[in-house]
Amino acid sequence: MALAETSTSLPAGGAAATAPSPWPERLKSLGLALVVPGLLLVFWHIATTRRWTRLIPTPYETAEYMVDFVAGGIYNDAFSATAHIHLLASMSRVFGGFGLAVLAALPLGLLIGRIPLARQTLDPFFQLMRPIPVTAWLPLSMILFGLGPRSAFALVFLGAFFPILLNTIFGVKNVDPKLFEAASMLGCKGNAQFFRVVLPAALPSIFTGLRLGLGLAWFVIVVGEMTGVPQGLGAVIMDGRTLSRTELVICGMIIIGIAGFISDRIVVAIGNRLLRWSPNHHG
Amino acid sequence: MAEPTLPIIDIRNVSKSFQLQGQKIDALKDANLSIRQGEFITLIGASGCGKSTLLRIIAGFEKPTSGEALMWGKPITEPEPQRGMVFQDYALFPWLSVRDNIAFGPTSRGVPKAQAREIVERFVEMVGLQRFADAYPHQLSGGMRQRVAIARVLANEAEVVLMDEPFGALDAMTRERLQEELLEIWARTKLTVVFVTHAIEEAIFLADRVVVMTPGPGRIESDNPMLLSRPRDIASPEFNAIRREMSGKLHSHHGKKAA
Repeated sequence: MALAETSTSLPAGGAAATAPSPWPERLKSLGLALVVPGLLLVFWHIATTRRWTRLIPTPYETAEYMVDFVAGGIYNDAFSATAHIHLLASMSRVFGGFGLAVLAALPLGLLIGRIPLARQTLDPFFQLMRPIPVTAWLPLSMILFGLGPRSAFALVFLGAFFPILLNTIFGVKNVDPKLFEAASMLGCKGNAQFFRVVLPAALPSIFTGLRLGLGLAWFVIVVGEMTGVPQGLGAVIMDGRTLSRTELVICGMIIIGIAGFISDRIVVAIGNRLLRWSPNHHG
Repeated sequence: MAEPTLPIIDIRNVSKSFQLQGQKIDALKDANLSIRQGEFITLIGASGCGKSTLLRIIAGFEKPTSGEALMWGKPITEPEPQRGMVFQDYALFPWLSVRDNIAFGPTSRGVPKAQAREIVERFVEMVGLQRFADAYPHQLSGGMRQRVAIARVLANEAEVVLMDEPFGALDAMTRERLQEELLEIWARTKLTVVFVTHAIEEAIFLADRVVVMTPGPGRIESDNPMLLSRPRDIASPEFNAIRREMSGKLHSHHGKKAA
């Protein structure tokens, strides 16, 4: 009876998804991932050394400036060895705004997804607000929150808010109805189902929202720091633009890209750990 | 408390109709069925005959439009742990391991932790999933998932196990093995089983009584006691004779419909 089947190992799907891939596999995927950036770098080099444009520095010049921006000792100007200050300032706004967005969007999403009255009252309003770009909020935000970091917070908050809200609503609304039936015939009814069924079932979708939200928080940081803050990667980019120092702009872009990438990987790693049970949640 | 003659499940003149695009659909009409404790009943019929509706009414997921459904003489008003459902598509909680899925019922009812753990281990063993107790549903085969679903219901001290085409999505070999395991568990525990299927052979192989249902409107065509001794041999002439008889009853309404 049962013995025949249970003596075999787990079916392929489960085991393969969790086993780490062997080294040659990893090297291969790393190599493939570097193809496009490599080609872009070569193109950048050719374009700038052949003087197709005089306004963009060569990769080498940019790299040299990056070293100065991070560690100093080459140009020793106002921006030398200040990268960490700007990075920390931006990170505090990204994670602060993101954190506030989580605190607001998560409960709201659970409410709207679960309670029809809340859905009827709030959903139309949020659907109306959603298409308005964060950039458009810049003037209003500066009037409401003043020049400086508070405005930046507010803009990052707005950027992260909607993806978290919408994905939470989606997750809560789309719980398989069979699971409610199963829970109630097992003796778990009414409000108890919220924690034992709705929340765990919505978790993959909520995580997708968090991931998108954090991505957007990095995405809007430059706009957020157009609000007249002295420090931050967005501020550096805006300064670079006014001072016509393109290498500064590019350095800021690269650091934002890397920081956003790393924070995304962290969220994905946490998600994969919490969502080990989910067959389709491996980012 | 219950008299020995009182049926565990009593269905009296139960009808169920739905509104579909302004039309009234009779999913079930004037069904009468009395089930005694420990019986193994199979409900069989083509799609639209109301067999799943009847099962869902017994479970308490749906209310009859008229008539009444009773358990131990009391009306069934909502889903309850003493009537456990095994769904065709398992309906396991994907975020819980095999062990935690089985523990869901006991912990919902507030059974103390140590005792719940004991119950869980007993039923993990009963369905032979000791080695997979910490696996998640998506890592299991269909047959193993359905074992978890059965264990989950048994661990909750269900008196009646309702099964909605539970083996319909499984391959033939796994299905046969699960049928035998189910009979074994049933014989050991003296559970009452109501089992919906559209496979004649499965219905006859398992049941004390095969209830044949016909569609349009859904109704109970006949209630047939199975007197074949167990274990049953599906290749025997007796089995074949019954299969032919049941098949005739199942298709009896076709003539009516064509006319």
